[in-house]
Amino acid sequence: MATDIDDVQGQPRKGEVAAVRMEAVYKYYGEFTALNEIDLKVASGEKIVICGPSGSGKSTLIRCINHIEKHDQGLIYVNGTELDDQRKNIDAIRRDTGMVFQSFNLFPHMTTLENCILAPMTVNGMTKQEAKDIAMHFLTKVRIPEQAEKFPGQLSGGQQQRVAIARALCMRPKIMLFDEPTSALDPEMVKEVLETMKKLAEEGMTMLCVTHEMGFAREVADRIVFMNEGKIVEQAAPENFFNHPASERARTFLEQILH
Amino acid sequence: MTHFNLAASVDYFFNFFLMKGVLVTIGLTVAGVVGGLILGMGIALMRMSSNPVLSGFARFYIWFFRGTPLLIQLVVIYSGLPQLGIKFDVITCALVGLILNEAAYLAEIVRSGFMAVSAGQREAAWALSLSRWVTFRRITLPQAFRLMIPPLGNSINSLLKATSLASVISVEEIMRRSDMLMQEHFQILEVYAAATAYYLILTSVWDVAQRRLEKHFGRSSATRSRRSNATAPPTQAGLEARA
Repeated sequence: MATDIDDVQGQPRKGEVAAVRMEAVYKYYGEFTALNEIDLKVASGEKIVICGPSGSGKSTLIRCINHIEKHDQGLIYVNGTELDDQRKNIDAIRRDTGMVFQSFNLFPHMTTLENCILAPMTVNGMTKQEAKDIAMHFLTKVRIPEQAEKFPGQLSGGQQQRVAIARALCMRPKIMLFDEPTSALDPEMVKEVLETMKKLAEEGMTMLCVTHEMGFAREVADRIVFMNEGKIVEQAAPENFFNHPASERARTFLEQILH
Repeated sequence: MTHFNLAASVDYFFNFFLMKGVLVTIGLTVAGVVGGLILGMGIALMRMSSNPVLSGFARFYIWFFRGTPLLIQLVVIYSGLPQLGIKFDVITCALVGLILNEAAYLAEIVRSGFMAVSAGQREAAWALSLSRWVTFRRITLPQAFRLMIPPLGNSINSLLKATSLASVISVEEIMRRSDMLMQEHFQILEVYAAATAYYLILTSVWDVAQRRLEKHFGRSSATRSRRSNATAPPTQAGLEARA
């Protein structure tokens, strides 16, 4: 794991395009400032965990990266493509990013397999057989190939979330965004989802995870980004963040969350 | 005379003249549903639009047609509009009236169906870079349709019976033809018993069809993820699958 501070801060090396680059990004909900001057660089292959109290803008931040929410000011680049109002840029960025939601958001009227092959077929123009092969490859990877013909409603929460991960991977994204992927799960199912995410991290996927799972953060993250009131308060390698948080706000947050 | 002539009633039931009226009733209902769904879908889209002129018009339309009796609407279209030089033949008048009226009810059903599909479903589709059209066709519409079936079924049942109002403007459906038979033979109960039987058969057939539809489209709705389930009332089929 990288400990060199420049690597930790995600400075792209010469000639390397950052996976995600945010410059002075603002997002407002009416009067409320959800994102307040966000500057963030994520290098390719880096694993970032974003944490902070609820309402601090964590989810909004990653939802702006693939334009599920539209930022109001500032610049966002994903793999060098600027996220502006142009449809083709938005589409290109969405093809590069996969997203996993807190509430899974599987399509309930489709089987697991149908959930996985829809986008490869309609977006990438694959044949049904090609899409099925890819889907089975990733369903095997998340260790539920036997559930392919089941509907989401017949699966446990942990299984549904693993299907959601497989569905995103079927589009071969370069970056994975996780929005509190284990927060809606019963405690005994958290582990299976985190294991799947760890495996993905080991394979070198660029990951941005909003999560309260500090054990996962310690083990997997290259860098912790701590947010409060729409701002990035501090970012540091896990050992520094957990052992010597720089800000008072992070200290109280860690006391509350780690007891 | 205090008796009921069952044989005569059975004769009326198999009367060719009345049977043709049944076909007219079916035709009015089918045309009313199809036309009402198309127009209602348009009104629902306008109602959900962010454009205040469009949504205002849709609001007014729904308020107007749900707030006045179908009978008055039919009479105005048939007898009132010619005063302004707008004249249709009687079947067209009945169809226009039924479709305009039905669309107002269906628009609200369509709209509530779409509103009940959770925002997370659209977000997941966007995150997978599905186009707007594919998102609508494959994600939103099928889920909304499943939620629409129960209220849609009730509305179609009502429409089937409401077509009898077209008899007032002399459309020869079941009710009108029953009146004509009655005036000829004065066997009031016998004639209307046959007409009643036809309405019951038609509504029962539709009941069965509706239950099949619900079962077909509800097959996957057993238990669902917490958030997307929160807004979706369980269908009959969903409840059965749960048990």
